[in-house]
Amino acid sequence: MALLEVDDLHVSFPTLDGVVQAVRGLSFQVDAGQTLGIVGESGSGKSVSTQTIMGLTRGARISGRAMFEGRDLLTMDRDELRTIRGAQIGMIFQDPLSSLHPYYKVGWQIVEMIREHDHQISKAKAHARAVELLTLVGIPQADRRVDDYPHQFSGGMRQRAMIAMAMALNPKLLIADEPTTALDVTVQAQVLQVIRNLQQEFGTAVILITHDLGVVADVADEVEVMYAGAVMEKADLQTTFYANHHPYTEGLLLSLPAYGGGDRERLHPIPGQPPSLINLPPGCPFHPRCPYVMDRCRTEVPPLAAVGTSATHLSACWLPHDVTARNEVRRKVVGEPLPAQADA
Amino acid sequence: MSASTAATPPVDATDADVLLRVENVVKHFPVQSGKLFNRDPAVVHAVDGVSLSVRRGETLGLVGETGCGKSTLARCIVRLHDLTSGRVIFDGDDISTLPPRQMRPYRREMQMIFQDPYGSLNPRRRVGSIIGDPFAIHKTASGQERKRRVQEVMELVGLNPEHFNRFPAEFSGGQRQRIGVARALAFRPKLIVCDEPVSALDVSIQAQIINLLADLQAELGLTYIFIAHDLSVVRHVSNSVAVMYLGKVTEHAPVEQLWNHPRHPYTDALLSAVPLPDPNKSAQRERIILVGDVPSPIVPPSGCRFHPRCPKARQDCVDRDPELEPRLGDEPDHLAACHFPVEDGEDISKSRPSLAAADRIIETGLLGGS
Repeated sequence: MALLEVDDLHVSFPTLDGVVQAVRGLSFQVDAGQTLGIVGESGSGKSVSTQTIMGLTRGARISGRAMFEGRDLLTMDRDELRTIRGAQIGMIFQDPLSSLHPYYKVGWQIVEMIREHDHQISKAKAHARAVELLTLVGIPQADRRVDDYPHQFSGGMRQRAMIAMAMALNPKLLIADEPTTALDVTVQAQVLQVIRNLQQEFGTAVILITHDLGVVADVADEVEVMYAGAVMEKADLQTTFYANHHPYTEGLLLSLPAYGGGDRERLHPIPGQPPSLINLPPGCPFHPRCPYVMDRCRTEVPPLAAVGTSATHLSACWLPHDVTARNEVRRKVVGEPLPAQADA
Repeated sequence: MSASTAATPPVDATDADVLLRVENVVKHFPVQSGKLFNRDPAVVHAVDGVSLSVRRGETLGLVGETGCGKSTLARCIVRLHDLTSGRVIFDGDDISTLPPRQMRPYRREMQMIFQDPYGSLNPRRRVGSIIGDPFAIHKTASGQERKRRVQEVMELVGLNPEHFNRFPAEFSGGQRQRIGVARALAFRPKLIVCDEPVSALDVSIQAQIINLLADLQAELGLTYIFIAHDLSVVRHVSNSVAVMYLGKVTEHAPVEQLWNHPRHPYTDALLSAVPLPDPNKSAQRERIILVGDVPSPIVPPSGCRFHPRCPKARQDCVDRDPELEPRLGDEPDHLAACHFPVEDGEDISKSRPSLAAADRIIETGLLGGS
């Protein structure tokens, strides 16, 4: 049994302009020690889905199931969810400055978090644990820095403090929502390293939400690509980058400056822009921007179905699910295979 | 004058191909000290002696981490900040001390595009009037003539000229950035400083704007200074790149030189930290993880400013500030400020500084961020 199994999750928000369909039928599972990357652009529903699982979306209409160790997080009452949230599922958010309370010392905030879930532990012990955690995530002289306020930490240190807090009770699952987006590349490398080390040491499962395909390539085992609230493609890391099926996945990769070549060729952007989640286009949500669009795409929503003979590679697209046939179409429409593939 | 002659500009000063030359530019910001009679208040050394040059029709990429001074330098170049010292020479004229009135004609020729397509457009004004601002300010066109020229420039950047009367809120992020580009292009400037023009946009939209900037450059012969923290974007758009660290240029080279033969350990570390959207290459690569954070620009480290975090640091690096000059027999246009430059094929990911007081130095480096 998977550690977390999300099945057909729907989340929508009623607003004055209409109902925003933020997540439309999301399913995934994560096993212990595994990293799932959820990729998508702004408004693809990647953050809303995990926030819903954690019970953080108020006023939303929710359906589906999210089974964590056999218990459904979506139907759980608030008190029960509190024992899981933070203790068994840790969370890191994008902006480390606004996630820490500016008025309280960093150490105090970690201690509070520990004592909230463990009523037996003494203050001194919790404090010692906070120092230990800060050391673990690479904060120098943690015994002194534990009494600093968040503003005395740099951006990277704050994000590491957030990780320390999320890891305080050895959670089984860590949800990292754009954990490095606000950080510089060198600091990003430090933070990803910390997450990787912790995962190796404690076997934590990680859900990493990001728009950065470079970060995904670096840490994920499995990848889900979301667009307009739905999963477009789901595959292991290698397949996603070198043998993807869905035109959106392909388009995302093609729009990146070809890193290997370094030439000054033109980029290949995806034309147009993402659809409004209130007025979704009929059929496949990607069809107005898709270079392969067929008549069928405009009327019928493609199901998420297996590609080729693989049981783990799924794609929601009407293009032939046979790998050779798909590659033939690819050659006709976008030319030679993906740039990344060429020198793999 | 002696200060500007001391720092050799990277290219021949008489070269007519050079549109912009920056010589030994310094920008310090005083920090409020709180003491009433403090005659010597602390200063933030935002930009501390930067010299570089950009040739006509080319793009100079400016990279570095938060707080390295790249945006301050850009604002000094277009004179949004006054310089503390140093010279900015634009199209052969020294503009570094011109009073506002005399600066005006130059302002038409140097424009800026900002990062935030939401914050940089007034939400209560119509797009046509925003893009028409330069014509109004410089009193060059009014009425129907202004409208015609605004619509012309809207068409140039791929906006529908019929949307002249819309508000910024009616446009998406990518289109808003096009509005910013249109405003900058109103007078067909010679130089455009792009300060993180695509950072706030989604990947698929980023590529649209980058292509637009490239097309405009080819069509109008524009010169760009392109600031971005996304190094793969910088590599794509730039002819040459300057890497900054704590207010100083650490390396300045043609783009392929920099990527293939980084000489400064900081450049090397920065390039190795860029996430590659390619799992196989990403797995093969040796990553240089720097220790600690960027030290405070109020009290920058002595000697080479990178020494507290540098895997190759030695005593010399603490004592002497390295000159920005060709190293290891590089071409004259590949400059690096390092006493112990990285050799081709050298792997510094395992290097440790051989300083007598290495421990203390690493520790101060780590504490510097506070």
